[in-house]
Amino acid sequence: MIGRSASGRELPESRESLWLLVAAPLVWTAHFLLAYCTAAIWCAKAAGPDAPLGPVRLAVAGYTVVALVLIAWVGREGWKRHSLGRAEVPHDEDTPEDRHRFLGFATLLLAGLSGVAVVYEALAAVFVETCW
Amino acid sequence: MTDERDREDGVPAPGEGDPPRAGARGPRPDAGGHPRGGPVAPPTTAPDDVEPLPEPPPEEVRKAQAERLLRVWAAPEGWRYWSAVNNTEVGVWYTAVAFVFFLFAGGLALLMRAQLALPGNDLVSAELYNQAFTVHGSVMMFLFAIPVFEAIAVTLMPQMLGARDLPFPRLAAFGFWCFLLGGIFLCGSILFGAAPRGGWFMYPPLTSAYQPGLGPDIWLLGFSFIEVAAIASAVELIVGALKCRPPGMRINLLPLYAWYTLVAAAMIVFAFPPLMAGSLLLEVERAFDWPFFDAARGGDPILWQHLFWLFGHPEVYIIFLPSIALVAMIVPTFARRPMVGYSWVVLAAVGTGFISFGLWVHHMYTTGLPGISLGIFSAASAAVAIPTTIQFLCFFATLLGGRVVHSVPMLWVLGSFAIFVFGGLTGVMVALAPFDFQAHDSFFVVGHFHYVLVGGAVFPIIAGLYYFFPIVSGKLLSDRLGTLGFWLSFVGFNVAFLPMHLAGMRGMPRRVFTFPADIGLETLNLVSTIGAFVLAAGVAVVAWDVVRPKRKEPYAPRNPWGAGTLEWVQEMPGRPWGIRSIPEIDGRYPLWEQPNFLRDIDEGRFYLPDAEEGYRETIVTSVIDAEPEQCQRLPGPSFVPMISAFTLGGFFILGTYHLWSLAIASLVVATGVILHWLWTSTALVPEKERKDVGLGRTLPLYVSGPSSVGWWGMLITMLAIMTAYVCLVFGYFFFWTVHEEFPPAHAAGPGVLWPATGGGLILAAWALVVLARRRIDRFGPGTFAGLLGLAAGLALAGGAALLAGPWTTALDPTRHAYDAIVWLLVIWTDVIVLLGLITLGYAGARRLRGRMTARYDIDIGNVALYWHFVALTAAVTSLVIAGFPLVSS
Repeated sequence: MIGRSASGRELPESRESLWLLVAAPLVWTAHFLLAYCTAAIWCAKAAGPDAPLGPVRLAVAGYTVVALVLIAWVGREGWKRHSLGRAEVPHDEDTPEDRHRFLGFATLLLAGLSGVAVVYEALAAVFVETCW
Repeated sequence: MTDERDREDGVPAPGEGDPPRAGARGPRPDAGGHPRGGPVAPPTTAPDDVEPLPEPPPEEVRKAQAERLLRVWAAPEGWRYWSAVNNTEVGVWYTAVAFVFFLFAGGLALLMRAQLALPGNDLVSAELYNQAFTVHGSVMMFLFAIPVFEAIAVTLMPQMLGARDLPFPRLAAFGFWCFLLGGIFLCGSILFGAAPRGGWFMYPPLTSAYQPGLGPDIWLLGFSFIEVAAIASAVELIVGALKCRPPGMRINLLPLYAWYTLVAAAMIVFAFPPLMAGSLLLEVERAFDWPFFDAARGGDPILWQHLFWLFGHPEVYIIFLPSIALVAMIVPTFARRPMVGYSWVVLAAVGTGFISFGLWVHHMYTTGLPGISLGIFSAASAAVAIPTTIQFLCFFATLLGGRVVHSVPMLWVLGSFAIFVFGGLTGVMVALAPFDFQAHDSFFVVGHFHYVLVGGAVFPIIAGLYYFFPIVSGKLLSDRLGTLGFWLSFVGFNVAFLPMHLAGMRGMPRRVFTFPADIGLETLNLVSTIGAFVLAAGVAVVAWDVVRPKRKEPYAPRNPWGAGTLEWVQEMPGRPWGIRSIPEIDGRYPLWEQPNFLRDIDEGRFYLPDAEEGYRETIVTSVIDAEPEQCQRLPGPSFVPMISAFTLGGFFILGTYHLWSLAIASLVVATGVILHWLWTSTALVPEKERKDVGLGRTLPLYVSGPSSVGWWGMLITMLAIMTAYVCLVFGYFFFWTVHEEFPPAHAAGPGVLWPATGGGLILAAWALVVLARRRIDRFGPGTFAGLLGLAAGLALAGGAALLAGPWTTALDPTRHAYDAIVWLLVIWTDVIVLLGLITLGYAGARRLRGRMTARYDIDIGNVALYWHFVALTAAVTSLVIAGFPLVSS
């Protein structure tokens, strides 16, 4: 029964995993580190004080698009799980379905937060034009 | 969060028409544990949900069961009491000692405030003042805030999870003894005038070139030792929250406290290692003159700041999250309704856990980093306010949607909201780089972070103290003293710290032992000092309330606050067994929702109502659905954790005094004791395969691999060690970014041949270990041990080859940071390999002595897991030190 819905359909996370829950924040982490390292290395190695950030800004834009696409996909997966059958929060029943919906809802929320945080990071590259 | 279904209908209205009795601040539960006066809607369960026994076992059976459980779980008596490892003892010692350190550090704060009361004051010297603020900050962070989280969690988590104890009780005891020894060592140093005086963040070169005394060594080695304790506790708490839940407590029913604890403990695993790596670099610089932070020889002090704050900022959230977790348990109880927006609170906890790792540079805005870097970190600093705000809105919504009952814990919670929100707002101010440039290193920052930490941690912890005290002692604290203590603390705190913002804006710097008259700072400082003493009076009232004799007072009624969560099933006073039988959970607030819950637990109608074989046992369940997987036997009282901690502590303490031979001897003894500990009490072969745990379920007594708690413990420990290693590798690349030419022209090593040979040999050893684990059923004990012996030989040769790289190319670690970091990466890898050799010897011996077989193979599973990390470390080290010079030139 565990990991299956009442109709016997196997639920996607029946193999027991919290990975999808933390997937969106992990994407944020990757985006954050990439943006920071790219900028730090560019400014330390390639550029003088007034050097333009052009390539860095382009790179950050690229990272951001990829990150947002990934986060959107994770969020959509979360939404699908959240909406399984009766999609009522707070998902606090002792059933595999409600556990499934809860994990989906929490995934969706984390995807939302991660998406906002990625946009925040990207804004730094929008407004800052030189290394120093 | 308002889209959460309103659960008023499903929630009893506790307290309605039920006047509270004297002594009971909440609605009184009836015999079944339900608050009176409201309808109880049993939660919806899966069709195959397990129900308790319809009839209780006969009276005499129950009595015999209870006697056996009591005998097995009884705390040792007399001097052997100190060999206890159960959470009911260790957790309480841990909490008590953390509070003693809190009072000690608070005393130092009063000393500083007394010094600053008047301009030009000479109450203490600059030297003592420097020691006082360093020890105050360090003790509050390392000896109070972090340990008290672990202490509270170790005490309460088993109760909240209906577990008899967490999976590694001896590890928790080991953590406690490390903490006690390290703490005394650190605090004691100020009595001899030898304390560290470089500030709690210990910036070099102040703490390297300019402070030759023992102080920084005491700090570096003492705290490294205590971090061992912190990581040990983190392992215990993560595995506890994931694997030791009661059956039925699916991940969507996990108490919010456990969610927060899980996040905070996971953060410890990744946040503490950077500090350990940094401490290693700084101590090696101090002891052996390797110039990691010496700019004249290619080092860079900014590297320390990165490593320190990569620890230091998550640290703030490691303190904040578990404290606010207490609030998440208290608020629903007194609002008389389930938490509004459970999923949103989980989002906040997990989201904060991640984003808080992206903030560290906001402590370094004035170090001259590129503006784009500041912008990125400023953005993350602003983003972290989002999850923090969400959880507070959930708390407010719960209070607004419920019927709030007045109580002392709630008073402290409300005080914490007021203070923390203020600190959070000044936090958003200093998160903005231009403002921070002005406020940096001024009293504004002192005011800001005290609002955050006192509002975000101290007040919630005292709220938790008043709330959970009956669970520990069976008695309630005084309403009168709690209220008095609150108002003194709340008023005193604001009077002390609010003026600091203004003093900082007027230019008062941090960490200066006095100030001149006539620059507009006298009144503000005097007011702060008066406030500090009022705050101290409040803390003293609370402390008195805790320690005053209560022998004549009656025990608290059971579930005195009318709470709905599992920890309140405890009898008053508590029994050593923790819970009489381990229940099947159907909801987030089982005491409110499950009919006859207390009766069924007390009558042993649930799981494990007995200890037939005379062992301490608890149930291990699956991560997502809490399906029972194993009946885990837990070790009983032992002095081994204490002896391990003291001998390991000997290494760090003797090392502080540079008594290296004695230190190494102490380390060897510690290794022996720990091996004895593992040999005698882990991965024991049970007398039978399966055990009947009641309700028609039999569970295996021995599982290995990812189902076993030991495998998880090993995985988490290795993630921590790997994180420290990654920080060292980061150091290598950091040096690359600060040098025009890297490797520097003088350095001809380490070449490619030796690193490649070393890495290759170690990878070959790893392959043999993996083969041994996979084919353990094919190999006899002799072949198996021989294979591991061969692996050990290869690894030993590989380690030597790695050393040969920098050795044969004459890299001199005192000449340049490049030479030093290459040597350090090689030595680190070799130490990991050396530990790996011990694991191989251990596994081989276990196999030869029949303590490990193809069926009972926990040990080789864990050893192979360890070797995955050895292989990864060796491969990365070889690639970096041999490969990067090729690429960069």
